Amino acid sequence: MTVQARRAHPYIPNSEPGTKAAMLAEIGAASMDELYADIPESLRFRGTLNIPEALPAEAQLKRTLERIMARNTSCEEATSFLGAGCYNHYVPAICDEITRRAEFLTAYAGEPYEDFGRFQALWEYESLMAELLDMDICNVPTFDWFQAASTALRMAGRYTDRPVALIAGNISPDRLAAIRNYCEPVMRLELLGWDPATGLMDLADLRAKLNGQVAAVYFENPGYLGFLETQGQAIADLTHAQGSLLVVGADPNSLGLLTPPSQYGADLVCGDIQTLGNHMHFGGGMGGFIATRDEEKLVMEYPSRLFGISTTDVPGEYGFGDVAYDRTSFAHREKGKEFVGTATALHGIAAAVYLSLMGPVGMKDLGEHILQKAQYLAQGLASLRGVKLGLNAPYYKEFVVDFNGTGRSVAEINEALLKAGIFGGKDLSGEFPALGQSALWAVTELVSREEIDRAIDVLAAFLGGK
Amino acid sequence: MGTMRPLKVRNHFHQAKWDEELIFELHKPGEVGVAVAPVEKGITEKVKGVAALPPSMVRTKAPGLPEVGQMRVLKHFLRLSQQTLGADFTVDIGQGTCTMKYSPKINDVLASSPKMARLHPLQDGRTVQGLLQVMHELDLYLREISGMDAFSMQPASGSAAILGMVSMIQAYHASRGEAETRDEIITTIFSHPSDAAAAAVKGYKVITLMQGEDGLPTVEDLKKVVGPRTAGLLITNPEDTGIFNPQIREFTRLVHEAGGLCGYDQANLNGIMAITRAREAGFDMCFFNLHKTFSTPHGCGGPAGGALGVVQHLRDFLPRPLVVKENGVYRLDSDLKHSIGKLRAFCGTAQVQLRAYTWIRALGAEGLKEAAEIAVLNNNYLLKKITRIKGASAPYAVGRRRIEQVRYSWEQLHRDTGVTTEEIAVRMADFGMHLWSSHHPFIVPQPFTIEPTESYSREELDEYVGVLEQISKEAYTEPETVKTAPHRSVCHHIHHDDFDDPRRWAITWRLYQRKHSARP
Repeated sequence: MTVQARRAHPYIPNSEPGTKAAMLAEIGAASMDELYADIPESLRFRGTLNIPEALPAEAQLKRTLERIMARNTSCEEATSFLGAGCYNHYVPAICDEITRRAEFLTAYAGEPYEDFGRFQALWEYESLMAELLDMDICNVPTFDWFQAASTALRMAGRYTDRPVALIAGNISPDRLAAIRNYCEPVMRLELLGWDPATGLMDLADLRAKLNGQVAAVYFENPGYLGFLETQGQAIADLTHAQGSLLVVGADPNSLGLLTPPSQYGADLVCGDIQTLGNHMHFGGGMGGFIATRDEEKLVMEYPSRLFGISTTDVPGEYGFGDVAYDRTSFAHREKGKEFVGTATALHGIAAAVYLSLMGPVGMKDLGEHILQKAQYLAQGLASLRGVKLGLNAPYYKEFVVDFNGTGRSVAEINEALLKAGIFGGKDLSGEFPALGQSALWAVTELVSREEIDRAIDVLAAFLGGK
Repeated sequence: MGTMRPLKVRNHFHQAKWDEELIFELHKPGEVGVAVAPVEKGITEKVKGVAALPPSMVRTKAPGLPEVGQMRVLKHFLRLSQQTLGADFTVDIGQGTCTMKYSPKINDVLASSPKMARLHPLQDGRTVQGLLQVMHELDLYLREISGMDAFSMQPASGSAAILGMVSMIQAYHASRGEAETRDEIITTIFSHPSDAAAAAVKGYKVITLMQGEDGLPTVEDLKKVVGPRTAGLLITNPEDTGIFNPQIREFTRLVHEAGGLCGYDQANLNGIMAITRAREAGFDMCFFNLHKTFSTPHGCGGPAGGALGVVQHLRDFLPRPLVVKENGVYRLDSDLKHSIGKLRAFCGTAQVQLRAYTWIRALGAEGLKEAAEIAVLNNNYLLKKITRIKGASAPYAVGRRRIEQVRYSWEQLHRDTGVTTEEIAVRMADFGMHLWSSHHPFIVPQPFTIEPTESYSREELDEYVGVLEQISKEAYTEPETVKTAPHRSVCHHIHHDDFDDPRRWAITWRLYQRKHSARP
């Protein structure tokens, strides 16, 4: 037998023919097909899959993939003003160092006796988030904000034993679609009116729609359109007066600076941890959180894993484990709370590292930095001919830019910017036709003043001056 | 050359134990891990800053995050990582159903590149042609593997993909005016718990078929429950017993005859890749776990990926958008008439999709089949070895081959010695091994589930069996050694009472401080 013929695939050691033959002999099988005896011939696939030839050589594989991926332009190469739920924040080197550790990257579902570090890291994540959000409890991450909001509303539905959720009318249509798919038909969603001048919730409409059927009222702060919902306490008071729960979506990245929703009456807070030390990954960096107070009835409605700290047989030693595991679908299938499974734990560990590095000072500095940058960008844009801000409301890092007065469409404007290596804000004309030619612009600490100035200059040239 | 490695049981293993503090115990006012730059000159004087915000929106009390210097934060989390048994460190075959195969490092390198990590999901399609090509071709490859006609990679996990299947079943019947009358989903007891749980999320009554004598659900039982109220069937095959259901075509035929749709939970694809497909078995839809069969790392529990596939007439029900190729250009297509909308933000976990794609390219068509075959060979090799261990057995279908995993039982050992499968699982940690304790539903007494995949060498499989043998021997001769485990872990026996008592559970540091006195 030649060396070549005996070569195994690098990922499949027992594909080495000698080993394979010996193992078949050991189990008394004459052929591989014999192992599939239970599969009827009519179900056997006897063709060849139309998949390119194998690239077992890593150097060749890497070159092939790098050539494909070279056709992408990253936000490292371009200047990006895109946000709308995913943000180009700085990821400290230590976040990458930790999440690339093979121990964390390749662990899965071990018990604390093998995976003590995984339990402690995620317990610390829950704890750090609780401090940032000023709430008692946060779960092990769920998929993303979409899922977190959906589950928070279902939790409220079970807690109150009521079927209706009232939703701020200008949340992201995509997020609304996910919430709708997850909540219906068990719950019913109704959208609340909003003031087109400011984005704020129409409290009269809220009053009119609140009744004994309403499980929860949901809004986001900052809202999808960037504005700050400044009526939080009033909304909370109206909601609580009807025995309903207030669910608020928030960007945790803003909370070193902004008031956490629990301080204006939120019962459940949800959102995304992509903005806490996770790369964008074309939207794959998302991870959802749900926080609440330490009330048994509410805690028992979580479908997610909740890790707790405990003691061991050795005094002074910490132990960790699952709190109230009996809630879950692992334990009770369709009788459990929704479902639980693999979600985004590694993003939670990244967020734990991020918050540990940033501390209260870093989070505050970051918030102030981004706020000023956003204001600087907004002023620059509003100084352009025919351009104004779309909403008359305070914002954090994102805001609506109204291009209706320019005679140009957002598509044309973004095309001009793209030619200069700039990704303009998200075109809102499809999602919010009433806003006409408007776009959602976002800024982070990674966009420099020079880049902002250059974007304004490119736009000024395209739109015919300031 | 030619020497065989002797069988080794790692009796001198000890997991790293740093006696590390909680991050909050490292707090020292004034320290900071990373500095945030002030805004560049020429900005502050031009803007209002915080003064532009209403006072009620400005946080007055700083969050109680710890203040810790950079190196100490690094050291803290490095130590926690060392106290975690990643799959890269062990023979991770004891988490049956999880398909813990090797996650090639080159895939991680590619996923970490700025060309992947620093892409925004709303970038102009012309600036992400490389990634869209990967997504589109992954779709094409999965169509080959399943026989389905279109895939969405949007679901973030297997459970999310199951929810996607249930949502499409509901939307399909709604499109025909039958959503109200078809209110039942049929599944089986050995299918994943989420098949039942996700159906309940969508308001369905769940009907669960129990196993027959050979461990499989029976056609007779299905006939008793299928009918005009049937919305669909959600079923795994092979189920977690590793037994392939040869009647599966009859199952799907009966459900179709009653007007229902058939969803295939392919969490257990690994042993049947390129061997048998969803289409030939009569399914309308299926899903694959990219983090299982397609090698992407499990990340302590995600990010993961669920690829959701359908036959042509259900394509418009998939979550939007799909990646399409027109005239050599890739773009996102949201024009799906009956779409269930969104299951996850944007296009799912793209970095996971890139890894899965790369893995398929490394293997090619022949390699995928070989991976399946070797996974099955390894499984049957273990079946033979493990059923020889004193006190262990493999219930159901005795004498038959299994596909990619087996649910075993320590029932005899438990009867003989009083030692439980949970205690054995804990003892495994003393050898740097893992044996999962979750085998819901607990129908097989004292269960343990082994899924070797194709990744491990014969010698490593022998090592795992060697550890099981040694622990079996201990159970019969010195059971206290097993019952008092772990002995070489990070921590000792954990007190679980606190976790189920609302007065004592401490899910966060602030609750811990409130409910428990600080560590002496």
